[in-house]
Amino acid sequence: MLDAKIPAGPLKDKWTSHKNKIRLVNPANKRKYRVIVVGTGLAGASAAASLAERGYNVDAFCFQDSPRRAHSIAAQGGINAAKNYPNDGDSVYRLFYDTIKGGDFRSREANVYRLAEVSNGIIDQCVAQGVPFAREYSGYLDNRSFGGAQVSRTFYARGQTGQQLLLGAYSALMKDAGKGTVTMHPRAEMLDHVVVDGKAKGIITRCLLTGKISAHAADAVVLATGGYANVFYLSTNAKASNVTAVWRAHKKGAFFANPCYTQIHPTCIPVHGDYQSKLTLMSESLRNDGRVWVPKNKGDSRRPSAIPENERDYFLERKYPAFGNLVPRDLASRNAKEQCDQGKGVGPTGHAVYLDLGESLGRLGRDVIRERYDNLFEMYERITGMDAYKEPMMIYPAPHYTMGGLWVDYNLMSNLPGLFVLGEANFSDHGANRLGASALLQGLADGYFILPYTIGDYLAVQPPGKADTGHPAFGEAREAAVRRTGDLLKINGKKTPDEFHRELGRLLWEKCGMSRREDGLKEALKKIPAIREEFWRNLLVPGSGEEFNQTLERAGRVADFLEFAGLMVRDALERKESCGGHFREESRTPEGEALRDDANFAYVAAWEFKGAGREPVLHKEPLAFEEVHLATRNYK
Amino acid sequence: MAKTINLTLHVWRQKGTQDKGRFEVYKAEGIDTDMSFLEMLDVVNERLIKEGKEPVAFDHDCREGICGACGAVVNGRPHGPMDKTTLCQLHMRRFKDNDTITIEPWRARGFPVVKDLVVDRSAFDQIMAAGGFISVKTGSAPEANTVPVRRQDAETAMDAAACIGCGACVAACPNASAMLFVGAKVSHFGLLPQGRVEAKERVRGMVARMDAEGFGNCSNHYECEAACPKGISVSTIARMNREYLSSELAE
Ligand SMILES: Cc1cc2nc3c(=O)[nH]c(=O)nc-3n(C[C@H](O)[C@H](O)[C@H](O)COP(=O)(O)OP(=O)(O)OC[C@H]3O[C@@H](n4cnc5c(N)ncnc54)[C@H](O)[C@@H]3O)c2cc1C
Ligand code: FES
Repeated sequence: MLDAKIPAGPLKDKWTSHKNKIRLVNPANKRKYRVIVVGTGLAGASAAASLAERGYNVDAFCFQDSPRRAHSIAAQGGINAAKNYPNDGDSVYRLFYDTIKGGDFRSREANVYRLAEVSNGIIDQCVAQGVPFAREYSGYLDNRSFGGAQVSRTFYARGQTGQQLLLGAYSALMKDAGKGTVTMHPRAEMLDHVVVDGKAKGIITRCLLTGKISAHAADAVVLATGGYANVFYLSTNAKASNVTAVWRAHKKGAFFANPCYTQIHPTCIPVHGDYQSKLTLMSESLRNDGRVWVPKNKGDSRRPSAIPENERDYFLERKYPAFGNLVPRDLASRNAKEQCDQGKGVGPTGHAVYLDLGESLGRLGRDVIRERYDNLFEMYERITGMDAYKEPMMIYPAPHYTMGGLWVDYNLMSNLPGLFVLGEANFSDHGANRLGASALLQGLADGYFILPYTIGDYLAVQPPGKADTGHPAFGEAREAAVRRTGDLLKINGKKTPDEFHRELGRLLWEKCGMSRREDGLKEALKKIPAIREEFWRNLLVPGSGEEFNQTLERAGRVADFLEFAGLMVRDALERKESCGGHFREESRTPEGEALRDDANFAYVAAWEFKGAGREPVLHKEPLAFEEVHLATRNYK
Repeated sequence: MAKTINLTLHVWRQKGTQDKGRFEVYKAEGIDTDMSFLEMLDVVNERLIKEGKEPVAFDHDCREGICGACGAVVNGRPHGPMDKTTLCQLHMRRFKDNDTITIEPWRARGFPVVKDLVVDRSAFDQIMAAGGFISVKTGSAPEANTVPVRRQDAETAMDAAACIGCGACVAACPNASAMLFVGAKVSHFGLLPQGRVEAKERVRGMVARMDAEGFGNCSNHYECEAACPKGISVSTIARMNREYLSSELAE
């Protein structure tokens, strides 16, 4: 019943032949269609702008005060493309292969190949928009390398690549807003979906300034609402990133795919106190010039510079000589945890390892290092009060990205007709582990180059302008949202939303974080409902619903995290193999590396919601590999 | 090394745009000096909520100095005492035990107060919509390396493009001018060959919109540059003025 609608034919021709065959909407008719785009990160902003250029009417929503502030703005390192400018043997095929392999063979070949195929067009598009990518003295574009690849294919704009790409997409969006083809709705939080006759026809939003809850109708709804790593409370994501939009869609019938695939990023600034509100990423690009190590001896508390070379363990270089410090994220993270679990961790908490740029500073000089990473060094200094030019940085893994998301077919449409899902919010391209610099790629691929075609295939057979907020389904959904907001406000208990969120986060980090075990997962499955129960009994939200009320916003998001968390753990329990970021302690090789089980788990787990308090149903989309053969990832 | 300090906060409280607003005094005790300024406010807010009071509203999201959401005037300076630092990146080790800290919203005609420290900066989006773009349609771009760009130009463009749109420049300016914001965008595009095509329309459109949104003029105080968390240079204003003049001459 789950049909991914992957076009027939050879892998490299699929996208082209699909584009040639799919239905088109007549240009004169496009303006009769209205499309809602929720989210203005890379995926949403690029989609909204591209759809408007094609002639559709677009309503775009975000909860920030301006679309330019979407979480994508914070991406530091870069964006991959197969341009092969450095002439180091890169190609579309190689980018495809690295991404499939990096994802530990848990993604769809056809989607990933398409991603690699459109990558070059994205760089062209961004340059034309004025994105100031780094250049060589010749005036041509510069590249650097990133984890999980042996070629230099990452384009970057200092340490602010996400910012510059988003500002590019945002400026395109504002151009269309100026023309009136996009109506921008900032400070609007989507609270629910409206489904009419089995099709996505609109959304319910709350205006964060006035509290007004209203209904919006459209011919199709696009969700580009980002990832759910904040389910762990502490993560590298922006504070307000949340699962609400996709979770609400799930509750209205959209399948949630691979919720247990979460990425823990190896190079973040370690936790330092209970009050901590978020974790800060130090871009993975630092691993290009930095070496990761711990003292060879447990409990060695000397200053790092006082520890001689032969008493340091460069554990990544030792265990994975071929990739060294550039192994994929899941491996780098797990190995750091392992060292700390063995008592070799450093810093005041023992939950940290060194990321040392000392050798590169010596080899390349301070100026080169400053040019490459100055903003990161500065950020580190601000947060920790320490100077990384003098002493190595201390880092520890942190929740960062979520590969799981709403299930979509090749057209990026969920099983709920008319609901499209883009960017981090869908599950589509990264399998069980995402390679660095490929989320920005995916967001823009989805928004600029894929959705603008594939949405036509759906709309072409829908009579335009039929969605109407007068339909009873809109009234009902609006009423439900009003009721729920009221419910949150009237509990009048004793604990703040953040207290519940922290409690949930700690539980998940311990039981469903970097490593997972059956008994721990079962324990979490028991504890989550208890936290949820207390939440609805003992929550305290001051103020009213008819005003700007940030505690209320937070409460709504935490309520959804509390529901979603159960599904994530459920999925982790069901997947008894280790793959990518999902490490089941029961499934490992004699050397302790993750052990995949292709015979039993080479599928996408797509969960169907069956009602509150009822067991969700698992649908399996088998993954067929025609081009690559399933190999054990080997970075040694 | 981390230690804890006690502070007295004078915080601007204003229920809504129409409310007159006033300062309220709060004690912030046992503040860990490793906390960020916003984490300190979180702690104060958690305590307020528990006392059944309304927490202090403030905008924030990334908490790493890049989204431009946060910002308040701290002891008279936008984003507080540290140069080139957003409020979310300011850490409490910059303060001393028993300090008194005054915290107010951006105050400018173009940025009406929404609540407490939250202001309405949508005027910036309007200015962007009036010309802050290059009109290339998706899919019609030439191969990226077709036009080389002098490295120096690309770097200077990037310096200007680093603007996070926080509005500190406006808050710092005695005339509440948005010239640094507009100058940065005009310079970013103007320095790149692909941005030259629409340079005249861009500067005219953005400047007209800036005036219409109620921002004041620049009278060379340079407070904006001093307050800018990204170190955007006032030379971008000079560039904008030059572009504006040449666009008028072309009329
Ligand atoms: C610190 C950091 C560094 C990173 N660096 C890199 C990198 O170097 N390279 C790379 O490829 N990737 C990187 N990533 C990952 C990448 O940034 C993200 O995966 C990507 O930007 C997600 O884009 P998006 O468009 O899917 O969603 P987002 O940018 O998260 O945007 C989500 C949008 O949805 C809106 N939204 C969400 N929920 C609602 C709701 N209920 N109602 C209304 N609006 C809503 C938000 O307002 C926002 O506009 C990094 C991530 C982090 C955290
Ligand atoms: S919260 Fe994003 S810049 Fe401060």
